[in-house]
Amino acid sequence: MNVEKTLTFPVKIGEDVVRLRQVVRAEAIAIGLSLVDQTKVITAASEIARNTIDYGKGGDVTIEVVNTSGRRGVKVVFADNGPGIVDMEKALTDGYTTGGGLGLGLSGAKRLVNEFDVKSTVGHGTVVTLIRWKA
Amino acid sequence: MEQIPILRIGDCLLVSIQVDMHDRMAINLQDSLTTRIVETNARGVLIDISALEIVGSFIGRMLNNIASMSRVLDAVTVVVGMRPAVAITLVELGLELPGVKTALNVDRGLLLIRRQIDDGAEHA
Amino acid sequence: MAAQHGVLTKILAKSQGDLLDAWVKEQKGVLKVSSQGEAAEHSRKFIDGLRAAAEADQLGDINGGAWAQARQALTDISSDQALKGATPGETAMFVFSLKGPLFAALAKEAGKDTDAFAREVWASTVMLDKLGLYTMEVFQKSREEVIRRQQEELLELSTPVVQLWSGILALPLIGTLDSGRTQVVMESLLQEIVKREAEIAIIDITGVPTVDTMVAQHLLKTVSAARLMGADCIISGIRPQIAQTMVHLGVELNVVSKANMADAFALALRSTNRKVVDRTAKDKEAAAIKAAAASAAAGED
Repeated sequence: MNVEKTLTFPVKIGEDVVRLRQVVRAEAIAIGLSLVDQTKVITAASEIARNTIDYGKGGDVTIEVVNTSGRRGVKVVFADNGPGIVDMEKALTDGYTTGGGLGLGLSGAKRLVNEFDVKSTVGHGTVVTLIRWKA
Repeated sequence: MEQIPILRIGDCLLVSIQVDMHDRMAINLQDSLTTRIVETNARGVLIDISALEIVGSFIGRMLNNIASMSRVLDAVTVVVGMRPAVAITLVELGLELPGVKTALNVDRGLLLIRRQIDDGAEHA
Repeated sequence: MAAQHGVLTKILAKSQGDLLDAWVKEQKGVLKVSSQGEAAEHSRKFIDGLRAAAEADQLGDINGGAWAQARQALTDISSDQALKGATPGETAMFVFSLKGPLFAALAKEAGKDTDAFAREVWASTVMLDKLGLYTMEVFQKSREEVIRRQQEELLELSTPVVQLWSGILALPLIGTLDSGRTQVVMESLLQEIVKREAEIAIIDITGVPTVDTMVAQHLLKTVSAARLMGADCIISGIRPQIAQTMVHLGVELNVVSKANMADAFALALRSTNRKVVDRTAKDKEAAAIKAAAASAAAGED
């Protein structure tokens, strides 16, 4: 997988999420994602950003334009130094929440992208990676 | 602090969300809307989201909450103008908002509110 | 390079017409009858182009500027063959069939100088092989273009959203639905709902032989998405085996479905406060009332 472009900035407050959405939208349009696919990847990024702020106590997001064997995609990586996820299986289940939300953040975001990966170490932090490919 | 204006049309309240809201704005809207329902004795609430390109679980939850709260306050909430891409994304996300009434546009939304109020009057 | 092709250049200058005639004759054996007419025309252009390249002393470099006309001729014949459904082999033979006549001409020109003949044959073979490969690449590209266009046409054909009445849309689905096609169809339905301000959309699946789990889920998601937008969906024409799939998915609770499009349309009219009236029945009824009134009036007299 080749990285064509990369941009990193912190996500700590609500305004950062608005900025993140704008950046992801710009890149999604640049690689020619359909309107529905743009909406899906922006929404997924937005959901994960909220998790990073609410549970991870803020962190950094990296947005990349990537390509592999002729396909291009938008990749978004969230990294925080928060408490980590204790029960990964539960965290990825619909309706499971520890924070009073609807519990759709992780599992819902996973359905909106083509590739989704969560790596978490309790006490050290969580890294969430998502990619939406151009069809 | 930015605020979403709440307009009054007869016994209805109209909220047109035109900006990409961050969370605090959404919570503020929820609060001020419930206050206004009581103040104005409104029977219906129209929320126009036709300008919104992204509706995530947070805004989805806010819409759900407003619908439930207004029901308790004896007002009907109708969400109007959701874009196709937003609707598809919300469904994929698992947020089908079963408790929220919807209409294609403000016109249809007002008609729906009228019908709901009239039905309610007949049953009372 | 010029030295390598010196003889060829001479032949082209001297007997271009003879070479062309011999080549066209040669093609009769390898090309489809339907494309022989065009082939002769393309051959003439190609030989002209070849001569231009020879005169520009660029026979060695088929990608050079002097080759433009010859390359265009090859492009035309390749796309023509691709459209007519010729095999790649047949198409390549267009170029390779020039070898016979060309080598014969080279032999004649070289006379007893076998070294010169061998050199010329080798140089010409290398050139013609390159041209043959070029033809294949163009052929392949044309074929891919044909396939891509057909796919697009198929996709367009398969998404006819029709308006049955003001505010009522119908989407008659025909043929096997894969997950990709379903998604395209559904997106266009939702877009039409906005465009035509439709309150009700009827998705008719009479023409769909089977529905797998993925497709059923897409259908359901579409119904949910339409509802979020403020429109209702009715699914009509569900076959028995599809009904089974849907029940296994727990679908039956969430969708309004009707046996056929007519019933669905009737329901759509009803729920938008409209009704269809049989005028003849109504006229007869009115006539009967009139007659009764008339006879009652006559009785009073």
